[in-house]
Amino acid sequence: MTGLTFSEKVLGAKSGMDARAGDIVVGEPDLILGTDGSTPMAIDYYEAMGGGAVVAPERVLLARDHYAPPTSPATQAFHSRMEEFAAAHSIELLAVGDGISFLVALETGRVASGHLVIGGDSHTVTCGVAGAFATGVGSSDLAAAFKTGKVWLRVPDTTRVDLSGVMATGVTTKDVALELVARLAGVVSPFTALEFVGQGVRELPPEDRIVLCNMVAEMGGMAGVFPTSEWASDDHAAFASTVSVELGEIDPLVALPHDPGNRVPIGDALGREVDWVFLGTCAGGRADDFREALRVLRAAGGIANGVTVAAAPPTAAVRAVLVEDGTLAGLEAAGVLIAETGCGPCCGTSGPLPPPGARVISTANRNFRARMGEPSIEIMLGSPATCAAAAAAGYVVDPREVA
Amino acid sequence: MLTFAGRARKLGDSINTDYIISSSRKRETIDPDVLKQWLLESVDPDFAASVQPDDVLVAGERFGSGSAMEVAVTVVLAAGIRVVLAKSFSRTYYRNALNNGLVPIEIDSTSIAEHARLRIEIDALGIRVDDDTAQLRIDAAPFSPFALKLLQAGGIVPLVARAGDLESVS
Repeated sequence: MTGLTFSEKVLGAKSGMDARAGDIVVGEPDLILGTDGSTPMAIDYYEAMGGGAVVAPERVLLARDHYAPPTSPATQAFHSRMEEFAAAHSIELLAVGDGISFLVALETGRVASGHLVIGGDSHTVTCGVAGAFATGVGSSDLAAAFKTGKVWLRVPDTTRVDLSGVMATGVTTKDVALELVARLAGVVSPFTALEFVGQGVRELPPEDRIVLCNMVAEMGGMAGVFPTSEWASDDHAAFASTVSVELGEIDPLVALPHDPGNRVPIGDALGREVDWVFLGTCAGGRADDFREALRVLRAAGGIANGVTVAAAPPTAAVRAVLVEDGTLAGLEAAGVLIAETGCGPCCGTSGPLPPPGARVISTANRNFRARMGEPSIEIMLGSPATCAAAAAAGYVVDPREVA
Repeated sequence: MLTFAGRARKLGDSINTDYIISSSRKRETIDPDVLKQWLLESVDPDFAASVQPDDVLVAGERFGSGSAMEVAVTVVLAAGIRVVLAKSFSRTYYRNALNNGLVPIEIDSTSIAEHARLRIEIDALGIRVDDDTAQLRIDAAPFSPFALKLLQAGGIVPLVARAGDLESVS
């Protein structure tokens, strides 16, 4: 008998079944996250299922993060619908400005090691940073979870991402994440869980782990985790594959349009025109990310003529820290547009949005065509330092050369 | 047994959910009957107008990658499409399809041409696709018992509405 992987252990515990890779199990999530992108449709599904009582409202958290603030009667109606549903079923509903669903869940201690977390946002995988099995599901899954307290899941196989070495000076975890997207997306099975292991994990600043877990969505993983010892895979478990990554070999990277895996070393992107820059999102919106962006922007002499820079803190807690330490005021004084807390313009749902034809670089995790609204917009992805350096130059430059 | 017949609509690799229906369109409505007029507009602005009922989408690798937005499935169904053949699907698109009764078939779609006449037969033992235009037969691995149960029920809504619960299939 082979041992069990992290995913098999957690999904076995939550389903009461002998859960093995490839099996479909029905389990009880500890936390069910809905957003204003996914919940209005979930309520439709819920009513089509016959409505009635929500089985475990205390396990549900709903957020108004994508349409923050709502910009049309239609999006306002999505929020009204969520308010009515939450009130009728005694479910906690976050306000506009409270922040992104899964980040608030992490900040408020609602995610623990060994938990099963499902969410209507594909970046729910971020909760793997706390040792949970966390995965994105659809609105119909949310509805079924409201109605039954359960979710069906295919037990994933497991890919170990073995990190070794230490990142070079001027290289960030965002660069590592972009490298892993290029190395893993389309290569690993879509039904795989990524486990970040190896000596390199100890070298990674603990607060940076969240960046890798967030972009598990782009790496193609069903979930991603830094497992705690209690739930770690057994040594003799069946692993689908192991991918080894030497952190010291990674350069600052830029993902070119229109795919997050389309990364090139910064040296191959130098000089590419940039006229719109976005700082924030669940991928690049930690307090330190904004501090780093401000530091680089100041060191490089401020925003270049003709470049628009927008920043959106992803949660109220991050915003409060940035207000407290003066970072937000510093960004604003430098000419950065400060947007409402939440997903911001990343997915084209709330302004400020780039104009048609804009050449964007962003700290986000996705750069698909039409992601930020107009299909004529070209989006590059980079670290906060890379984005800030480009904002100061009006084109891509190596952030290591900007003190 | 589930059977389908229709005309192939050929797409390339990496058709993500933003291409299937743009996030910015979803701002105004999530009604698939309205959104279907913009189906795949980023790939081909004339695509939606050219769709006929029972058309079968035939895609390459990683169909439906990107966000988990479920309208990317319901907008396809609203256009009258019941089956998607692809070399591979994103995980979220695959599960959203099963939950909504859109049939996602993982198959080597290379040989199928635009507008080929297709017949599809699905049972517990396997999946058979007949390309009557190329006179080729392509086989695919069977759905898992739970997936087949979802498709036979017409998706998770009728399944839960009828049973009042979610139960695994042994």
